Amino acid sequence: MEQKDKPILLDVDGLSVSFATDRGPVRAVSDVSFRVHEGEILSIVGESGSGKSVTLLSLLGLHDRKTTQVQGAVSFRGQHLLDLPASRMRAIRGKEIGLISQDPMTALTPVYTIGWQIAEQIRAHEAISARAARKRAIELLGEVGLSNPGEAVDRYPHQLSGGMRQRAVIAMALSCNPALLVADEPTTALDVTVQAQVLDLILRLRKDFGSAIILITHDMGVVAEVADEVAVMYAGRIVERGRTEQLFSAPMHPYTWGLMASIPPLSGARLPRLRSIPGMPPTPETIPPGCGFAPRCAFVQPACAEPPPLHRAGDQAALCIIDDTERPALRRAALPLEETP
Amino acid sequence: MVFAVLQRIGQMIFVMFGISALVFLIFFATPGSDPAARLAGRNASPETVEAVRKEFGFDRPLPVQYAIMMKRLFITQDLTSFVNRGYKIVPAVASAAPVTLSLVAGAAILWLIGGVFVGVVAALTRDSWIDRGLMALALIGVSMPVYWLGEVMNLVTQSRFHDTWLFSWVPALGYKPLLVDPVGWFKTLIIPWFTLAVLYIGIYGRVLRANLVEAYQEDFIRTARAKGLSPARVMIRHALRTSLIPFVTMFGLDFGVLVGGAALLTEVVFSLNGVGRLTYQALLNLDLPMILGTVMYASFFVVLANALVDVVYVLIDPRVRAD
Repeated sequence: MEQKDKPILLDVDGLSVSFATDRGPVRAVSDVSFRVHEGEILSIVGESGSGKSVTLLSLLGLHDRKTTQVQGAVSFRGQHLLDLPASRMRAIRGKEIGLISQDPMTALTPVYTIGWQIAEQIRAHEAISARAARKRAIELLGEVGLSNPGEAVDRYPHQLSGGMRQRAVIAMALSCNPALLVADEPTTALDVTVQAQVLDLILRLRKDFGSAIILITHDMGVVAEVADEVAVMYAGRIVERGRTEQLFSAPMHPYTWGLMASIPPLSGARLPRLRSIPGMPPTPETIPPGCGFAPRCAFVQPACAEPPPLHRAGDQAALCIIDDTERPALRRAALPLEETP
Repeated sequence: MVFAVLQRIGQMIFVMFGISALVFLIFFATPGSDPAARLAGRNASPETVEAVRKEFGFDRPLPVQYAIMMKRLFITQDLTSFVNRGYKIVPAVASAAPVTLSLVAGAAILWLIGGVFVGVVAALTRDSWIDRGLMALALIGVSMPVYWLGEVMNLVTQSRFHDTWLFSWVPALGYKPLLVDPVGWFKTLIIPWFTLAVLYIGIYGRVLRANLVEAYQEDFIRTARAKGLSPARVMIRHALRTSLIPFVTMFGLDFGVLVGGAALLTEVVFSLNGVGRLTYQALLNLDLPMILGTVMYASFFVVLANALVDVVYVLIDPRVRAD
């Protein structure tokens, strides 16, 4: 893959996040490691509460420092983000790393026009006049496909539809040409038709702006469509990661099988019920010491009470006891549709 | 805009009419009360009561009496007190109003600055000892009765420590007109301002802190931080600006009510002859013309303050603007 040759932009190594609660610290994310190369799209997939958002917010330094403990090493262009003083971190946030948040309805301050808010970000990082910042805001709003940017720039968030607001949020995140764009479920709060438009937009902008993207989602369809690399998170750990094509053609972890089995098939007989993974994901307090997925796993073994080993197959890796010899048979049992293509 | 102003004026007239009619009726319709007998005093002979009744026009129908009184209050402005004969109502209210306005406006500036300061600092240092200390002080401020605090201030500044360098500048109690003696005006009012403001600094600081803490849970604060803005800018431009609506609402109500006479206790403690005191004395004497005059004045300011609050809403929150 050509992206492999590109320099590493973000290197997260052994990131753990714990929250202080009334009953002592609770670990929400443990030992998460991943790399993002320049211009690449990494998708982090997982259910709500699996620690996806917490991971990204803590590496951006947006967590609540009083209640959250972050450990590990995060290196962004050679700078160790977790050790940077707050002022240096602010210079990186918004300029080199842009954030697109989940719900465009609440992500913009309601009392300012979107143009003002975009210009505010530009002027926080670049010494340019208010007039030039406004002109740039209009250009950006045009880039993200608002039909009348000269008018939209003076609109308040409540005067725009959800899709338009999300475009404004994207324009704001892109305003300083960030090297890395962090998108926290950017399409979840939108209508299905608007979702597709926004995804296309993000893909087009990656070409135009050359930003690497970390895309958090729980939608496997989105992942298959846009991602270069995938990391599957469950109960605060990355249980499987790999290149998108490999991961979709030969998933290794039973949790990934479960996620893929829950996608409705395009061909063949219509299923009376979609498959689902039984049970509920654990809360951070109830994550078992061994494999986090063991209580819901159909292939659970006694050995799953111990921390699972890391199995590798090329670029792909999974945290699971199941080894290479028994995996294909079990996968066929979990994903019966796999033979049809 | 013109329509909104006209609507406000109409509302004001309606409110003032309603209140005046109510006050007027209470005066006459309180069970067992004969205003003529009350004004004639205890042990007055029936002839005297009858003479008073004729003289004050209490023998005429109520609507006529009401109309005459309103005419003399607003049009000829020569309505006089029932108790102190010849004491004109309109000049009395007009001379008391600047005292109350000076007191309340100064205190309002103090409590707005103090309330924003306490709220912002407490929210920025949430759960630290600064926050806890400020909130405890605010609670003490809210709990201290204003007449008690005022008397303590008087005791300290007028008596016990008056001869020390600390409070030797404090003039004797009373009001000095702003236009005649600006320095004296400021010196006499600074302690009353502070006394009146303490309660409101406590309330406003606590309310603002709660609103700010809530605002910091909002997504747009996370967006603002993700933009790389400084903490001060996130606080002032994003959190404070969106938390001001309850603050402004409270301010409009409190300011209107205080200007209308609710600063009575402060006025009495500091010997300021303001509207509160005037109303209080009129109520003690059951002096209907004076009560009507001060109540009209108070309702005017309450409605005016609320109209101003509505204007401020439109300025601070674009969602209120009709488009």
